[in-house]
Amino acid sequence: MPEITYVGVDGTRRRIDVPAGTSVMRGAVFNDIDGIVAQCAGNAQCATCHVYVDDTTVDRLEPARPDEDDLLDFTACPRRPTSRLSCRLTVTAALDGLIVHVPERQK
Amino acid sequence: MTGDAQPPSVVIVGAGQGGYETAASLREHGYRGRVTLISAEDALPYERPPLSKACLKGDGAAPGDEQLWLRPPTYYARQSIDLVGGTVTAVDPAARTVRLRDGTAYDYGHLVLATGARPRPLDVPGAALRGVHTLRTARDAAALRASLAAAQYAVVVGAGFLGLECAAAARESGRAVTVVEALDRPLARAVSARTAEHFTRLHRGEGTRLLFGQQVVALRGDWHGKVTAVELADGRRLPADLVVIGVGVTPRTELAAAAGLPVGDGVTVDARLLTGDPHISAIGDCAAFPQVRSGKRLRLESVQNAVGHARLVAKRLTGASRAHYQELPWFWSDQFATTVQIAGHDDGHDTEMVLGDDPDAFSVLLFRGEGLRAVESVNRPGDHMAARRLLDGGGRLKPGEAAAPGFTLKGHLARLRDGPAPARRGVS
Repeated sequence: MPEITYVGVDGTRRRIDVPAGTSVMRGAVFNDIDGIVAQCAGNAQCATCHVYVDDTTVDRLEPARPDEDDLLDFTACPRRPTSRLSCRLTVTAALDGLIVHVPERQK
Repeated sequence: MTGDAQPPSVVIVGAGQGGYETAASLREHGYRGRVTLISAEDALPYERPPLSKACLKGDGAAPGDEQLWLRPPTYYARQSIDLVGGTVTAVDPAARTVRLRDGTAYDYGHLVLATGARPRPLDVPGAALRGVHTLRTARDAAALRASLAAAQYAVVVGAGFLGLECAAAARESGRAVTVVEALDRPLARAVSARTAEHFTRLHRGEGTRLLFGQQVVALRGDWHGKVTAVELADGRRLPADLVVIGVGVTPRTELAAAAGLPVGDGVTVDARLLTGDPHISAIGDCAAFPQVRSGKRLRLESVQNAVGHARLVAKRLTGASRAHYQELPWFWSDQFATTVQIAGHDDGHDTEMVLGDDPDAFSVLLFRGEGLRAVESVNRPGDHMAARRLLDGGGRLKPGEAAAPGFTLKGHLARLRDGPAPARRGVS
């Protein structure tokens, strides 16, 4: 199972096995990772599952599609080049080892 | 909560999005009392929006799938939320107890009615035939999905959001689909004429037959009690081996009414979502609450509204806030590859303005006088997010400003932000 590492605001790292086909957002919500709110439950409607992908693993991802790109302009913490919405990151074998940082706040 | 006394027990009736969120939000705000969440469905709390969309298609998550759970089973134990299966049959406000059908009773310090709504039935002969479906729960969705897999001719009665979403899913699954609507356009109570016209074109372009201004007078079946046709007032018979009824919902108010609480179109609540009894709140689809600006009573059917209500009640019960409910309503629907998003509540507009030249991606701004009231965005998520912020800040945009060349909602928002700060209306 692909392993995703979630880094909390305080630097705590948690490595979670997340089933392929689900999302990085769902991996967080189902494992009590603090700071990923996902108010719309993963329907790309709210920009409250924002993550900063670690520079070392960002090349594993396909670029954001236009709807995600638009929503990223409305995150509570500043958008950076590695900003993504975790509900749009579908977990696949190619994402194994992905590291994401949780921003300070989502709302 | 004061001293070491055990805080009163909260009982929540209904484990839809609003009921679940009340329980979760109470714990988030540090509530230490007992929390009991009573569900009439034999399932963990789950997401409903996919039920009328991806779930109906063979390749989407199946209804009841853990992919749709809002939280894993372990969550409820960890948070000490007692998830109870059963149907509440009575509330006794004097004794402060609720009673389940099996006789079990629960005492409450505060009761939250999150009973939701039920599909309105179609009052015509044949409505109980096999192959005729309404859609509200995961169980309904599973039955509809199974019917759809075996169907050839699907007829959807009602061109509201639910009906159109089902029609899109059926069409994408390769069925011949007809939508019958009594009014002269789709989404008549929900969106502007411009947006409605877009959805008409979208569905027709995908090969769905749309019949407007048509009344269904009967559903016909075969010897085995299975639906075979939909009969219209003009005498036409549409072949059908699957019928979806999407003609609106009725709020579930029976418990409240039987307990002697005021009930109209929904359980009547004040701006803090309290019923006539200070120990009982009502939230979500079943609650009719006053709008802060107009004082007019409103009942909304959306995830956003249920979640917003739930959070307000949790804050009130934990003493975190005594605020009135005044969250901006927003809503979305997916049909084929199109997303429509609505921000604000259009309670009558006199000016419509369209942003964007692309017939498949535009936003409609709805003004009443000089004030922006609501924005409908079709495939323009950035506009929708900007509209939400703008309307949440009081909707300071005049039709004249929006008509300026090169106007964008995002740009307008940035200009407002750089100017004097708008007063925040939100409660969170």
